[in-house]
Amino acid sequence: MRQALKVGLIGGIVAVLLSLIGMVEAFSQRDIIARVISMGHTLLVIVALFMGYLAAKRTPGKGSLRVLANSFISGLIVGGLVSLLVIVGSLINLRKVFVNAMPVLYELLTFKQGTQIGVFLLLGAGALSGALAGLFFLSPKLLRRVLLISLGSIVSVGVLQDLLRPTFALWGPLAIINEWLFTANGLTIRGAIGLFIMITAASLFWSTKGETIQTGFRNLPTAPQRILKITGILALVFILLILPQVLGLFLSEVFTIVGLYVLLGLGLNIVVGYAGLLDLGYVAFFAIGSYTIAILTSPELGFFSLTFWEALPFVIVMGVISGVLLGTPVLKMRGDYLAIATLGFGEIIRILVLSDFLRPWLGGAQGIGKIPKASILGYEFAGPQQIYYLILAGCLLVIFISLRLRDSRLGRAWMAVREDEDVAQAMGINLVATKLLAFATGAGFSALSGAIFASKLGSVYPHSFNVMISINIVCVIIVGGMGSIPGVIVGAIALVGLPELLREFAEYRLFVYGAALVAMMLLRPEGLWPEAVHRREFHEEKENQAESESPLKLKSG
Amino acid sequence: MALLEIENIHTYYGHIHALKGVSLDVDKGEIVTLIGANGAGKSTMLKTTSGLLRPRQGSIHLEGEDLTCYRPHQIVAKGVVQVPEGRRIFGRLTVRENLEMGAFAIPDAGLIQSNLERVYNLFPRLRERQKQVGGTLSGGEQQMLATGRALMANPSVLLMDEPSMGLAPVLVDIIFDTIRQLHADGTTILLVEQNARMALQVASRGYVLQSGTVVLSDSAENLRRNEMVRQAYLGES
Repeated sequence: MRQALKVGLIGGIVAVLLSLIGMVEAFSQRDIIARVISMGHTLLVIVALFMGYLAAKRTPGKGSLRVLANSFISGLIVGGLVSLLVIVGSLINLRKVFVNAMPVLYELLTFKQGTQIGVFLLLGAGALSGALAGLFFLSPKLLRRVLLISLGSIVSVGVLQDLLRPTFALWGPLAIINEWLFTANGLTIRGAIGLFIMITAASLFWSTKGETIQTGFRNLPTAPQRILKITGILALVFILLILPQVLGLFLSEVFTIVGLYVLLGLGLNIVVGYAGLLDLGYVAFFAIGSYTIAILTSPELGFFSLTFWEALPFVIVMGVISGVLLGTPVLKMRGDYLAIATLGFGEIIRILVLSDFLRPWLGGAQGIGKIPKASILGYEFAGPQQIYYLILAGCLLVIFISLRLRDSRLGRAWMAVREDEDVAQAMGINLVATKLLAFATGAGFSALSGAIFASKLGSVYPHSFNVMISINIVCVIIVGGMGSIPGVIVGAIALVGLPELLREFAEYRLFVYGAALVAMMLLRPEGLWPEAVHRREFHEEKENQAESESPLKLKSG
Repeated sequence: MALLEIENIHTYYGHIHALKGVSLDVDKGEIVTLIGANGAGKSTMLKTTSGLLRPRQGSIHLEGEDLTCYRPHQIVAKGVVQVPEGRRIFGRLTVRENLEMGAFAIPDAGLIQSNLERVYNLFPRLRERQKQVGGTLSGGEQQMLATGRALMANPSVLLMDEPSMGLAPVLVDIIFDTIRQLHADGTTILLVEQNARMALQVASRGYVLQSGTVVLSDSAENLRRNEMVRQAYLGES
């Protein structure tokens, strides 16, 4: 009971906060299912559902009635607090403090039924959501999984409708899906139900038969297994190759941005994930890469007029040299001190390129323009749909190098340094060389990313290289899972791709970002796709078998 | 000529003069112990030997070659390997990975394999737990792992820093049993210990360190009988 109250109160406060900062209202402009439920309402319902589930989970004892009662109460409290907001708002003008507390918001919250009826509706909706979450908690595991997947996909399709609709429209035969699934705003009811049934069926099939298929695959002899695997990889490569043609201009642009962050992330992954050196000034190498290619190729400055490919080796070399230059003074620093020192380095580079003193060479605040595009045999990497291939090639190359390095002698030295610097030295690892190589490799990858970035934009400006980029990349690695290559890709998609897709909610981008990070740290601290060593740290108990035996037994052992 | 000859070493922490001209030597195949109170400079001496600290004066010779100009990783490759104080195993790596990390300085895969066998035979417990994560081992097992990890580097001199620290008395006995066994296998050991009683039982010779200088050096037997040692380090009256 106390737990239900507590959880409900937290949920209520969250719901009120979401309403007051204008998120509910902004999200209400888009319907998930046309004229049935908007995104704003979905947001509130999700809060109530989540709190109901939490209350159910925290109920002591097993009595299902008690579980239901608790989730019901917590949902009721969520609804109650939102009602309270409506009542207070109708009596006092809250707009002096909360600019978003407008009549439109109250109308939304009360389902346009006026304060009195609305409040009852709200309470009812909250309690209903809570109770449903309780029922969900009590239902068997299979049902829970299937429901979660299918409801989640409907919400995702609804959220991403503006992307899916034009993508389907590009392809004649698929255009029919549009008509069936979407209205101008939100899914059609038949579409939503159809989608629900389809996904439920698919996930039911996978949940029941998936394991048999997997074991069947594993039981196959090696030769066919290999053929299947290679087919899978080829299919993946094929999909990656045709992706920009299928997805159209906007999505390709999003993919190029994600790709640049993957490149950056993989580079920083070597420094932070492999070698454990927290570098917060990583954007410096990105800037150095961009500016090197700009100076070497741009006719605007008139020093050199190399092509992109002629300049690229110099870019990588510059990146590696600057990596060593940064690394040398901070060799003896650890942890927080290293982070602060590298943070300073990032700012130094930004201020240098911004300075009037270096303007004749670096262009100052106006930056450098007219950077030529890269081209191979007359094929110019001009727009996002072409640059995509350049970035894809870069990513594949860097992934390959990262994988090889991870399993190399150097990779093991990095791992030892990450785990314990002093002991690594006592194992015969050359600390100086190991650390400098980590900085240099990371910087080289970052410079490559910077070069592609500069040629993509056609110009470079100092303000593109602020500290937020460094922090974003660190977040990508943390969310994805330290030291994990697939983690970097997943992290970049989640933290860079999704916010790009949901541009219209850009106002709340950082808010969602922060909330996601906090949630990650609480629920999945090892990252979305963790690397083996890190997974161990957080799930030790599973692997830890007979731990506490009597020490006397040691002797016989 | 002794295997390891340490002559007139002066080591500083900033302005603090931690070692004031320590000289000692270790012959091949013997266990030499360095005993003394907290802050006497025992660990400093080991860290200076393994190159983690640079002496301002003095020389350290291994088989006639001066080590003081080498960096720590080079000294490991020369065969002077340290079992660090407080074990310091890689907590997130498995037992096997820990051991393999210990052989980092060895390029020959065959030698690594035979070293691994040797360590597993010495500590069968580690073979049983080779897939377990280091951090979940008990204190005694962690000490075994730290010792085994150092042995993986094929040391000609093993520097052991307080192997009995923080262990239950039963485990201390086991650790000293393995030290005896290492000795029987022909390993040369320089042992730093606070537990002087145990250390003087396994060692053939001992040095007593006090505020950075050697005040006494004798055979272990004589040291055990020495009045000053008995009062200050063995707790007898």
